[in-house]
This record gives sequence, C-alpha cells and structure tokens, in this order.
Amino acid sequence: MKLKKNIPLIDQHDKFGFWGGKFGGSFIPETLKKPVEDLTTKFEKLRKNKKFIKERDHYFKNYIGSPTSFIKLKNLSNHLGGAQIWAKVVSEANGGAHKIYNATVHALICKAMGKKYIIGDTGAGYAGKMLSMAAKKFGLKCKIFMGAKDIKRQKPNCDAMKRNGAEIVPVYSGSQTLVDAVSECMRYWVSNCDNTHMCVGSTVGPNIFVKICGWSTAQISRELKSQLKKEFKKIPEKIKLINCVGGGSSAYGFWSEFIDYSKKQIELIGVEAGGSKKSKLHAAPLSRNAKIGILHGAASYVCQNDEGQIEETQSISAGLDYPGVSPIHCFLKDIKRARYTYATDEDALNAYKMIKKFEKINPSLEPSHAFAEAIRIAPKLNKDTVVIVNSCGDAEKDRDILKARLGNY
Amino acid sequence: MNNSLITQSFQKAQKENRPALLTYIVAGDNTKKKSLEILKSISDYADICEVGFPHNTPIADGGQIQTSAYRALKNGIKINDVFSIVKKFKKIKKNTPIILMGYYNMIYQYTENKFISKCKKSKVDGLIVVDLPYPENKIFAAKCKMNKINFIQLISPTTSKSRLKRIVGDSHDMIYYISMLSTTGGKLKVSPKKIIKEYQKIKNLSKSKNIVIGFGITEKTIKSLRKADGLVVGSAICKEITKSIKKRQNVVTNVTNVVKILKNKIK
Ligand SMILES: Cc1ncc(COP(=O)(O)O)c(C=O)c1O
Repeated sequence: MKLKKNIPLIDQHDKFGFWGGKFGGSFIPETLKKPVEDLTTKFEKLRKNKKFIKERDHYFKNYIGSPTSFIKLKNLSNHLGGAQIWAKVVSEANGGAHKIYNATVHALICKAMGKKYIIGDTGAGYAGKMLSMAAKKFGLKCKIFMGAKDIKRQKPNCDAMKRNGAEIVPVYSGSQTLVDAVSECMRYWVSNCDNTHMCVGSTVGPNIFVKICGWSTAQISRELKSQLKKEFKKIPEKIKLINCVGGGSSAYGFWSEFIDYSKKQIELIGVEAGGSKKSKLHAAPLSRNAKIGILHGAASYVCQNDEGQIEETQSISAGLDYPGVSPIHCFLKDIKRARYTYATDEDALNAYKMIKKFEKINPSLEPSHAFAEAIRIAPKLNKDTVVIVNSCGDAEKDRDILKARLGNY
Repeated sequence: MNNSLITQSFQKAQKENRPALLTYIVAGDNTKKKSLEILKSISDYADICEVGFPHNTPIADGGQIQTSAYRALKNGIKINDVFSIVKKFKKIKKNTPIILMGYYNMIYQYTENKFISKCKKSKVDGLIVVDLPYPENKIFAAKCKMNKINFIQLISPTTSKSRLKRIVGDSHDMIYYISMLSTTGGKLKVSPKKIIKEYQKIKNLSKSKNIVIGFGITEKTIKSLRKADGLVVGSAICKEITKSIKKRQNVVTNVTNVVKILKNKIK
C-alpha cells in the first residue's frame, strides 16, 4: 500500500473501487448497480468538462462565499504559550459548514442528470440543511432522512430544512441517529433510483459517493494553500492540520492538497468522537482500533461486534456520531500518513469554553473536538509550528446542548 | 451442479405444472426454537425455504423484514445458531433445500472459507448475498460452487442487457429476479404482466436455469405470476409473524396457514 504522488487521493483506487486493495468498494444491491454506474460515468465526464468546472467555481464563489477566512487565534496562542494556532473558518460558508460544498455539487450533478428529486442523509443536520438550500436554489424537490434522536437535538437545522421546503423523514429504527438515517436513505434510493438522485453527506458510502464528496470539499485545501503562501510567503516548515472526523469529508477537504507533502513538514491529525468519559461507547473506529467491516456499501474500519452487527455509538456531537468512517481515512491511517486520535465529550466542551473565552469564533461541537487536540498539543510545540484547525461548523445548531451542558451559550 | 436439491425441487414443481413456492423467514424470529418450528411446519407446503441471517443495518430490506431481523437479534440470535437451526431442520427434512440469505459483512467477519465450510456441514444448499453484486461476487461464487453450494445471482429491472448476459452466464442453478425497484416488502408497483414480460426476456437467455421472481408477492398477487419457475414470498410471511405475536396467537399455525393459502393459489 503506497501513496501515489500528483494524483488526487480520491482517484487512487483499483478497478473495484478499493483504496489500498481493501478499503471502499461498492457493496450494493443489484438494483443500485446501474444508477451507481450512470452516476460514475456522469461525474467523470463532468469533472473534465470546462463549462461544468466554471459553473461549480461560480457557485463556490458567489453562492458559498469562497474563500472562507484564515485567521490567527492570537489570544489563544498567547494563553497556551507554544505553537501558533490558526483557524480556517469554514463555518463562514453559506449555511454555516463545509457540507455546502458537497451539497452544491450534488445538486449540480442532479440537474445535469435531468433528475428532479434529490435525497440525502444527515446527522448534525448540516448536510440536510445544505442539501435543502441547494435543492431550493436549483429547483429540486428534496427529502432528508434524519434519525429521530438527531431531530430532537439539532432543532435549529431542522427548522432551516423546513423553511427551505424540504421534507424531513424521521428514522425510528436502531439508535435513531446518523447510521440509521443513511440506511433509510439508501433504502429509499433503491426504490426510487429511476427518478431520484442520492447525495451521501460525507466521504462514505459506495466508492462514487466518496469521490464526489472529496472532490467537492477539496476546495477548502486549495483555498488554504494560497492563503498560507500569502500569509507566510511560502508553505511553512512545520504545520499541523487538525480536523474532526465523522465520515471524514471536512478532513479530506482540508488535507487533500497537502497529502503529497512530507509528514515531517505537514502532519495530518484527525480527531474522532470519544463519547462521554464515563461511557464505553464512542464513535472512533480509527483511533480505537475497530475491525474492518462493510457498512453502507463500503469496507472501512467499523464499530461492530464479533458477529458483524454494527455497534451503537455515542457522542455529544451528532455529526461525528457514526460507527464507520471514510475508506480514504482508513488508507491514510494504514500507510501512516495521517494520525488519528479522539476527544471525549468533556474535552470538546472544555475546548469550546476556552475558544469562546479567548476568540471571536463560534465552533460547533464537531470542530470543538479538533480544537481539543490543538489545545492539548500546542503548549508542547515551539512558536514556529503552525497549528491549523478547520473550524468547519457553526455552534448555532448546538445552542440547546451547550445551554444544558455549560449553562450558557 | 446437476441434480442439486434445488434443481430437483423445481423439477418436481414443474411436473405438477406449477411454479415452485419459496418462503423466507428470518432465523431466530422470534426465537431460535420458534423459527425452527415454523420452518418444519411450512416446509410441508413450501418447495424451498429461504432463511435470513439477520443484520442490524440492512440496506435493502423494507419494514417487515427489518422488524423480524431486529426481533431475532434482540432475542440473541448468533450466526452459529442460524447454522444449528438449519442442521436440525435438515435432519428431519433432508430433501427440502435451504437457502441462506443475508449481508456480506457477516460472512466477512466469519471469514468466507469458514462460512462456506459451516454451510456445507449444516447442509445449506444455496446462498444469497444481498450486497455482493456481480462481478464483485465472482471469487466467492466460485468458492461456493466448488463446495456444491449454489450462489444465487440477483437480477433487477435496472440490470442492463449486456450485464444480464454476463450474470446469467456465470450463474448456477437458480437466478433471482427482483420484480421492481423496491426494498423487500414494497407494494407491487409494476403490473404482473410487465414483470412476466421482463422475466421472459431473462428466461429466453437461458432456458435451463431456474428463475424465480421475488419482492412484493402476496396472497393477492401470487397467482398472476404463476408462469415463473418459482415465486418467493418473504415480507408477507414476516408480517404474519409480527401480527400473530401481537395478537398472542399461535405463530406456527398462522404462518403455516398463510403458506398453505399461497400454495393453493398456484396449484
Ligand atoms: C460541522 C460538522 N463537522 C463535521 C462533521 C462530520 O462529518 P465529516 O467528518 O464528514 O466532516 C459534520 C457532520 O455532520 C458537521 O456538521
């Protein structure tokens, strides 16, 4: 298993769709073979089409609001007294999170394929909110599948979806969270694939969905690269890129331009959800050494029991509360290009409190996991080290949880 | 695999001028003991019994089969229990073919070779793996064949013509045609006439293969599809199990009655 240089990681799979020969693939029912094949052909065509790229870039700039800003967290850096800490404030993107990139691209593809209906899964509600926004913008009818537990804990995003005219389909099976939402969404697609396009909300699912999502979020690292050059005149000698990992779409998007750099120069650190300190449950298949399994059409490290039943997960952050993870991150873990760790619910809450105390940004619970790791390692590093956190979501959606756990928001 | 039990069952049905009846229940629904009793009882009327090994993240099953699977898992069913149910069944009904049906992760965790050898020991006749499509299933299917286990390929209305030819070419004794774009348990949204027309296209490619139709078949619709080599009924049976449990009635009797009715409709 080896990385190839100058080829986007999303394209480094074999003919069956596996990265490193074992992660990914397309474990799908026969009915979905054709729609997945059609989508694959269409996407490969579109990404080579100059007009389509122009259209994408137009919407990235004028609709999403690229580039999002890159700022130094001076007070936090001074307080911790080690590395300089920076944030890429992706939460400035239209809608408040990176999910808008994938949603916009899927809506454009849906339109290009001549389909009028679009469906998607959501956990934190951002993927759903963004898809409902993009659907509205491009005149598509939209259905969002969401676990009943998540509907309760992420109300602000549900309100937004409804305002945008999307139908929220509550999912009551299993743990009533993201894993069940994705299953139900895929089941719906099986029954309606003739006129409906499916968007998977992260770099998970059958191979093609990993690719489309990664291709969309990669915009984040393109922006960061030029912002780094502008700020430092060149790419600094010591960088750490810290990102939370649920499915892994923001992390891949944040890293994709930097994967070819040496690990010594640019370290990639993924932070999973460790769950509550007191609980055995978590959502950290990479950092807590889950076995490889098949979930939602792809092979990846998956929280599961010996029998192959998918295990319940637990996290304060609905966006990270998922038992699987992108095959791309499994590959990056195995070849040791990225390092994966986890932060507990409590770590994330403490990090959020500290960020709020020192800085003007308002990271949601997902990136708060990444900030927890930055806060942990920064004091041990020297001031030439540039630690950058992807602040990929806005905490507005978490206001009820934050109020309950921290007393104020 | 000439002369497999599966082929023999189709021949027998053909002689009686009717399609074979295939039933589906989930192993361990609602207990290990009960599902064995159901199997024994319905096999008086069913020609081939499909037995699901339940998974808690089924991406192609509708509500009825999901309910059965969750119920079985809640009552503690393990993969080894599934095999022991089959083994016990086969001791009494050695001529009724058993087809196991489920999702690939369970086989993957058990490991392919161990799974196949366990199938052999328990006298499993065939396997359907919902999320291991062609051509990804080629190696596994070949392993099954070497061990005289039928790997059953699925075909759907979305399957392209060239793909269809390749799948049929690589198939074993039986092929499963999915009647419509749906998960299991959906309402039949395509007319039986149209389904039979599509079915005939596949049949014309390979007269020697036994082709069954499944998805959406109930007491109401089964008769209209009797031209097929075989018909699979799953969700309607799982639904009856759920109903009987809810009403605290005898599950075995009620389910057997449903199967009896299904059989009478195609005689
Ligand atoms: C703000 C935010 N960050 C992170 C995630 C996790 O997903 P991913 O790892 O794909 O970025 C989500 C998912 O909902 C999210 O809303």
